[in-house]
Amino acid sequence: MNYNWNWSIFFEPSPEGVGTYADMLLSGLVWTIATALSSWVIAFCLGSVVGVMRTLPSKAAQAIGTAYVELFRNIPLLVQMFLWYFVAPELLPEKLGSAIKQLPNAPFYTAVVCLGLFTAARVAEQVRAGILALPRGQRMAATALGLTVAQSYRYVLLPNAYRIILPPLTSEFLNNLKNTSVALTIGLLELTARARAMQEFSFQVFEAFTAATVLYIAINLVVIVAATLLERAVAVPGTR
Amino acid sequence: MTSTPMPAPGSGAPVATGSEAIEDQGLQKGPLVTPSPATATGVPMIAIDGISKWYGSFQVLTNCTTQVAKGEVVVVCGPSGSGKSTLIKCVNALEPFQEGQITVDGTRVKDRATNLPKLRSRVGMVFQHFELFPHLSIIDNLSLAQRKVLGRSAEDAGKRGRDLLARVGLSAHADKYPGQLSGGQQQRVAIARALAMNPIVMLFDEPTSALDPEMVGEVLDVMVELARDGMTMMVVTHEMGFARKVADRVIFMDKGEIVEDARKDDFFGQPRSERAQHFLSKILQH
Repeated sequence: MNYNWNWSIFFEPSPEGVGTYADMLLSGLVWTIATALSSWVIAFCLGSVVGVMRTLPSKAAQAIGTAYVELFRNIPLLVQMFLWYFVAPELLPEKLGSAIKQLPNAPFYTAVVCLGLFTAARVAEQVRAGILALPRGQRMAATALGLTVAQSYRYVLLPNAYRIILPPLTSEFLNNLKNTSVALTIGLLELTARARAMQEFSFQVFEAFTAATVLYIAINLVVIVAATLLERAVAVPGTR
Repeated sequence: MTSTPMPAPGSGAPVATGSEAIEDQGLQKGPLVTPSPATATGVPMIAIDGISKWYGSFQVLTNCTTQVAKGEVVVVCGPSGSGKSTLIKCVNALEPFQEGQITVDGTRVKDRATNLPKLRSRVGMVFQHFELFPHLSIIDNLSLAQRKVLGRSAEDAGKRGRDLLARVGLSAHADKYPGQLSGGQQQRVAIARALAMNPIVMLFDEPTSALDPEMVGEVLDVMVELARDGMTMMVVTHEMGFARKVADRVIFMDKGEIVEDARKDDFFGQPRSERAQHFLSKILQH
């Protein structure tokens, strides 16, 4: 292999005119983190609601929850990204559609919504599994004390279910973080997009993707450490 | 479940065995309950009237009828799968039933107009597997429903909780978590949790079946105390010693039917049905 290694490329000015290649990658990292956190808020909230719906006594609620999960987890993320970015605005009333297309940072908002809804289906399944893992008697005991269905979930079932699913939920968070890279296809200048741009401008493909890889691993390690601390903080005395 | 060694159950004086005796004070004197006055008078506290229940095509309860008067202690026994747990869970509508009606203190259980959470808050229930809320401390287990259902202040709920913990001899454990207590202690907490709501009726669903043998006594002691304080109780149990000691009536169920419903002395003296005789001879052998 005839490759011209150049690790100092990061400190050379980027073709954007301002800053170095390192700055370019770091701005990509910022967009990656912003997209991951924003979409996680949607995924966690909506996923919890949908997951709870699938465990409610109401058949209608179960059906809606199931339909949501099956719809959003059975279409490839890339296809969903295209649907939201290219197709959805066309289906809206013309004025609204073009207003959306002209939004500043449209790829960012689209990526947040798309990833949020996609990951919500996966979070919903974790939440449902967590609730179903609880002894049946827990729901009965809460009900027998006079708690309403909503109160039973709020004070008894969900606090225990979330504790159970914290490890797989951490995985979902990491997946969500890495899935932000798919948003490069709709023009979001996140970390992977920035690494590709660096490769195209400088031809230093190994340096560019080594940097991206290291940055992805670094933030994921931060997440894992945070999750471990969280697990420790919410651990219930007297259980494993 | 951890099983901390327990001092001798409080049938006699608490045995002083070092630190454990200080931690677990055993039963203390004084009434366990001051039942809130029942609103309806002259009607039975619980009236079960011809209820039948099916799981799909399988019938679990067949035309069950009985009554429990105020202050009465009724023991429900029968072989496993006879429907006794299902019957008791129908009383506070934890299990729906298709036919018949149950009335608790004048309130119909199967009635769309009935506020079920409110009714349930007045009917205490104790489960086989305790079902304490694992993520809440003992005192929070006792306070939660008082605050969220009855609307008591944190202070009032906490005080009521601590009073009841003292009554069941577990004051020192108020800030521990369920996983740190033995089975017997957890079940006593579960009874205190139900009593904290000032119930007019207490339902027990095999309260000692999941306990190690040496812990059965401490739980039964609390229940005996409760019965003597005049609590209306419906108890599904195989503890015939308990039935002999405090029951007013014994109901024997088999295959979803109430086969025998008799005064305690009649039941143990001469059960009329062959099935009850057979059941008694089997469980009284040991």
